[in-house]
Amino acid sequence: MSTTALPVPPARTLHDCRDAWAATLIEVAEADPRVVAVVNDSVGSSKLGGFQERFPERTVNVGIAEQDMVGVAAGLANGGKVPFVSAAGCFLTARAMEQIKVDAAYSGYNITLVGQSPGMAYGELGPTHHSIEDLAWLRTIPGMTVVVPADPAETAQAVRWAAAHDGPVYLRISRMGVPDVYPEGYQFVPGRAVTLREGTDVTLIATGTTVSRALDAADLLAARGVQARVLSMPTIKPLDVEAVVAAARETGAIVTVEEALVTGLGGAVAETVVQHHPVPVRFVGMRDEFAITGSAEWLLDHYGISAAGVADTASDLLGR
Amino acid sequence: MTVTVPPLGLVHDPGPIPLLPAPDREIAVLGRTPVGADRDAVVAHLAQASYEVRRRAVQTVHDAGLGHIGGEFSITDVLVTLYLHVMNISPEQVAEGDPERDRVVLSKGHAANALYTVLAVGGYIAPEALRTFMQPESMLNGHPARGKIRAVEANTGPLGHGLPIAVGTAVAAQIDGSPRRTFVLLGDGELQEGSNWEALMTAGHRGLSNLCAVVDRNRLQQGARVADTNDLEPLADKVRAFGWDVVEVDGHDHAALLDAFAGVPAASGRPTFVIARTDKGHPVSYMRDHVAWHHKVPSAEQVTQALAELDALAGGQEEK
Repeated sequence: MSTTALPVPPARTLHDCRDAWAATLIEVAEADPRVVAVVNDSVGSSKLGGFQERFPERTVNVGIAEQDMVGVAAGLANGGKVPFVSAAGCFLTARAMEQIKVDAAYSGYNITLVGQSPGMAYGELGPTHHSIEDLAWLRTIPGMTVVVPADPAETAQAVRWAAAHDGPVYLRISRMGVPDVYPEGYQFVPGRAVTLREGTDVTLIATGTTVSRALDAADLLAARGVQARVLSMPTIKPLDVEAVVAAARETGAIVTVEEALVTGLGGAVAETVVQHHPVPVRFVGMRDEFAITGSAEWLLDHYGISAAGVADTASDLLGR
Repeated sequence: MTVTVPPLGLVHDPGPIPLLPAPDREIAVLGRTPVGADRDAVVAHLAQASYEVRRRAVQTVHDAGLGHIGGEFSITDVLVTLYLHVMNISPEQVAEGDPERDRVVLSKGHAANALYTVLAVGGYIAPEALRTFMQPESMLNGHPARGKIRAVEANTGPLGHGLPIAVGTAVAAQIDGSPRRTFVLLGDGELQEGSNWEALMTAGHRGLSNLCAVVDRNRLQQGARVADTNDLEPLADKVRAFGWDVVEVDGHDHAALLDAFAGVPAASGRPTFVIARTDKGHPVSYMRDHVAWHHKVPSAEQVTQALAELDALAGGQEEK
């Protein structure tokens, strides 16, 4: 396997997508009086201080009580509200899974469950605080839409869309710094992948924080003579089946990239490929293990969820 | 045999579906207590309704071969009192989705058959619909499903969900400055679920005087006595300590229940917790206070005996 030094990237401004989330929620709440925020002592970590100041009566903080939090959100929806439940992804999903399934999803409510700082974002705090199972869990719940924005513009659009969408949504928002990855004027369309780079040899399908890493990996691969297509997949469910099948047919090989267990995006892509157009697929992401200790960036590098890791995985798959 | 069930009260008409046998006589649709009726007349109306409900419910469980008749008999008088007199609710309000209707959440969802039967006696669903209980394609699941019957506010069955949801509907009313009230019916064994205690804290903290929780204190859970499993006592003291007003009543005494519910919303500004002392299986001799009748199905002979006992008690009441 060849290794290539990553070309020095242009200076990129990194953003915390929570800023876009918080600003957009205020915007959405100003336009729609039904919008409420439901939190578990997570006003600060969700960056909802401004929202709480602007809408104190519409900020429902139940304290450190996640089952209560999701149940209360369902009750608020029953009472005509449009709740955004915002909490650390690890606790929101794992502790309240039955409430998410029964109270939110089976009810078909317009409830947006905002998993904050998911994946490896709480790197040094260890696997108790990592949320790598959430994509695999949430995509198995009937009727749930799973959205993982990759940059601030997409985050803002996803928040606006979720407020208007009549059904449950899991919105995964990272605190890890991400560059802008979409061109100006980009329009988020649920269920639609975005081709960020054309290529003919392999398709890199990434989501959320890993999209910029996949783009960098495509640069590395280009230096090795491999033309990689890069797809951003902001909606894990419903998946853009058409784009995945086209990638399989046109490039003949796929690598999925996610800051999660590979049974999230990777599982969804694999299910699609085997049904519609079987081609070799490799997965970049967490495997069947709890992570060792390290910062988020360090852990992503360590587990190969990095430009070099993605490029090497693709090279391995292609044999060049 | 298949017959088309009238769509009254159901979200959609499922079309021809298998039906359980007809009861020995159809349930009487009594509706709300008469406007302007004196207290004795109201209590007589509620007693008649409870009799009708129990009579029908025991036949339904036998015919379906499934159900939870013990806990259904213990909560019947509470349900009847709420739906037929206490709550600001009517079949018309439910059909129109009137946002100002009072809410009831049957957290002890295994008593679904009692809820359905009360809805029939109250005119919310057609009596014939009861003959679909748990049959293929029925709207009448073994546990209540929101979205199948308009009068059902929450999906319940898994325990510990109803109180957080009820807190949410009460908070929504508080945000709206609406007088609408929420009633939530809990099993006593159900209080072993921690989510209830999260919600008790939230309701107490927020001073939800528009919220009333009723615990069906029949002292039995599925497998044993509550006291022998994970005891709740001193229940009243615990709940008071969480910031609630607590009222203890005979849960089979309609007059006492009327008095307890007359205090909602509480002038104290606190939520109301009604401990309704009941008997599982009440008033049928062979069921009463026997743990086996959590989900035991009565034989044809046992149904006959139950009907005879119910008829005798009702006759006795009329003679008084």
